[in-house]
Amino acid sequence: MQRSNNDIWVGLFVLIGAAALLFLALQSANLLSLNFQKTYAVTARFDNIGGLKPQTAVKSAGVVVGRVESITFDDKNFQASVTLALQNRYSFPKDSSLKILTSGLLGEQYIGIEAGAEEKTLQAGDTITATQSAVVLENLISQFLYSKAAEGGSSTAGTPTKK
Amino acid sequence: MSWWRPADVGFAVRSKLGDIGSAARLFVQLVGPGAKSLRRFGLVRDQIHFLGNYSLAIIAVSGLFVGFVLGLQGYYTLQRYGSSEALGLLVALSLVRELGPVVAALLFAGRAGTSLTAEIGLMKAGEQLSAMEMMAVDPVRRILAPRFWAGVITMPLLAAVFSAVGVIGGYVVGVVMLGVDTGAFWGQMQNGVDVWRDVGNGVVKSIVFGVTVTFVALLQGFAAQPTPEGVSRATTRTVVVASLAVLGLDFLLTAMMFSI
Repeated sequence: MQRSNNDIWVGLFVLIGAAALLFLALQSANLLSLNFQKTYAVTARFDNIGGLKPQTAVKSAGVVVGRVESITFDDKNFQASVTLALQNRYSFPKDSSLKILTSGLLGEQYIGIEAGAEEKTLQAGDTITATQSAVVLENLISQFLYSKAAEGGSSTAGTPTKK
Repeated sequence: MSWWRPADVGFAVRSKLGDIGSAARLFVQLVGPGAKSLRRFGLVRDQIHFLGNYSLAIIAVSGLFVGFVLGLQGYYTLQRYGSSEALGLLVALSLVRELGPVVAALLFAGRAGTSLTAEIGLMKAGEQLSAMEMMAVDPVRRILAPRFWAGVITMPLLAAVFSAVGVIGGYVVGVVMLGVDTGAFWGQMQNGVDVWRDVGNGVVKSIVFGVTVTFVALLQGFAAQPTPEGVSRATTRTVVVASLAVLGLDFLLTAMMFSI
């Protein structure tokens, strides 16, 4: 194949295109933070997962230690069964508990792990049952209203004693 | 001419069916035996040079200005909700997922597609293609296939350049001019943009658009009436058909990729 002047310019063009792709992958999508580390799968049951989605972070003390792999509904006990992929380099006590938390007031939901006290550690395939469901705003509001109403009822009953 | 006569309707349907059939045959020829032209890379390289390098300026400048405008408009809207830090995310997502592939493909159709159609059409009008066939050289493999593959290779690169330059444009307007925090701009972007789901699907989209635009341009040139009027009509039709096809396909691809 004969070399022509075009070779240089086409090479430059392809390089620019590749550099643009690399820029998008590294700078805007942060490819480096994706680690292809080995993980082990742990299942957890939640009464209510709120707005949790696959691929959301699992954090312990604020540090990402894994991701949510899949979410399915278990129609035996009517709970959500969430599979977590935890990184191999972190191990947690068997009695660790999970909470569904929200970053900020309107932020994304994530799962927080609180380490327990047991000596044995979680193995692949284990199930965590000590979980706390997501806070559902509607339930919270209705609870608040009910308690207000109850308070209001008792206080009106109690007012006659007070002047 | 009375198009409601059954015979005329039948004729129109048959000729349209014939058009679709010959288009499909050309496509199969380009993708199948035409892939061998990649081995004679000199031909493809010259076409990449023509389609890619000369489109780079218009793509980069358009990307820069689209990024500027996204920065301004995004800031205006986000600032109402007190979340102007998310500007980087908005600019990057809209460019990588949607505007980069689509606008680059539309520009590519206007800049490179038309010249492909005109070139092929004039070759046909000058009976150069027939002359090649006389010499037992297949014009589809010698002329059309290198152009097709060059377009398919060029389009994703151009779309990536468009998106990258656009993100920089958004950065210039958002951070340098309007005073959004630099760390928040890049941080929100890096948290929200996924390499495979967003960038990867954008690349897939731009490859599909590259196939579409280049194929439409080549087909229109190859099927053009070999007259000056026919070539000019074919060039116009390239822009219309390619743009509509890109926008329609974009909807389909987006529905397939992002709704799951």
